[in-house]
Amino acid sequence: MQIRVTVNGTAHDSDVEPRTLLVHYVREALGLTGTNIGCDTSSCGACSLHLDGEAVKSCTILAVQADGCDVTTIEGMAAADGTMHPMQQAFMENHALQCGYCTPGMVMAATSLLLENPTPTEEEVRLGLEGNLCRCTGYHNIVQAVLAAASTAQAGAR
Amino acid sequence: MIPAVFDYVRAGSAEEAISLVGQYGDESKFIAGGHSLLPLMKLRLAQPSMLIDIGRLSDLSYIRDAGDHIAIGAMTRHMDVETSTVLAEHVPLLAHAAGHVGDPQVRHRGTIGGSIAHSDSASDLPATTLALGATYVAQGPNGTREIAAADFFQGFLQTALADDELLTEIRVPKMQGAGWSFLKFNRRAQDWAIVGVAAWRRGTESGVGLVNMGSTPILATSVSAAIASGASVADAAEQAAAESDPQSDLNATPEYRVHLAKVLVRRALETASA
Repeated sequence: MQIRVTVNGTAHDSDVEPRTLLVHYVREALGLTGTNIGCDTSSCGACSLHLDGEAVKSCTILAVQADGCDVTTIEGMAAADGTMHPMQQAFMENHALQCGYCTPGMVMAATSLLLENPTPTEEEVRLGLEGNLCRCTGYHNIVQAVLAAASTAQAGAR
Repeated sequence: MIPAVFDYVRAGSAEEAISLVGQYGDESKFIAGGHSLLPLMKLRLAQPSMLIDIGRLSDLSYIRDAGDHIAIGAMTRHMDVETSTVLAEHVPLLAHAAGHVGDPQVRHRGTIGGSIAHSDSASDLPATTLALGATYVAQGPNGTREIAAADFFQGFLQTALADDELLTEIRVPKMQGAGWSFLKFNRRAQDWAIVGVAAWRRGTESGVGLVNMGSTPILATSVSAAIASGASVADAAEQAAAESDPQSDLNATPEYRVHLAKVLVRRALETASA
């Protein structure tokens, strides 16, 4: 089936099987392997990306369901000149990763969370990331990073 | 995991979706958000040969004040139910329960209609709308009909919907100030409930729905009958599992589920009675 999906600002026209999952489409058809496959059962959140501006689990969406939609993956977060997205910067500064496997999904879920709730409490950050598992159990610094990114964004807005 | 091969068609209207399912028959399935169906298809527990995508029927995504009840379009996403100011005012139990479905990513995609039509007894919203005395609206080739939630859930993943009917609307009575509680006992935040309870109470009137206490969502009518007859919350809660037939799984034995149901119903009704 012919689909057109805009990924990180670039429109792609592709012919996909209806059963192609969105995560396989971005990784294999488009070569954007920053989006990881973890549990493959919509539990772990490693495959989180933004579909029309909201975090979703791309292992549980068909590529054909994304036809005509805007997709942002972790590759689309940094600016063209390589400047990191404030959330990526906050993750780096707060050492919010150990092995790094969950990190792309965490960044995508965290940025989606701040779009919906720009000034979350620590509890709201933890609840907001309930769909993302870190097997290193490095949650503490991840939460600190999200709070720092929210704080930086608020400072920038003032 | 990749689903078995299927064909895919996107419906442009509810009428077209119903016509398509009539054309393709019982080998076809509607897909809305896909967060109940796709996991089953990836495990090859479901292998429809045709998916009819109703996910873009935006005219079925709404939350409206309809006088004595709130009308919710079947394609309304969990996130929109969770954050609805209309529901927060008139049916806060449902808005709260929707916030406990899966996780934010799931709530961005999954729909209330999809969850109810899938009718997993371990899902939060079938039992919650059952407790609230909801009515579901089904549209078929010959028009629409209303189905009481109490008549809808007929067996494991089996509902009163005919093969060529589409669930289009959920009508939930306004709670009119009733006290309420939603309790979900699980091991991790995003997990399915090992046992869940949705309860409301207004004087001697009450409704108690149980999650994951049988092959269907359970309406604990014995509890409400006890409350109506003046029993204490503690005594009424002892009847919590009277209508249940819980299963054993990795998380819990039937006996443990019965224990949980009694404790959670007591706690929920204490909150709802306060």
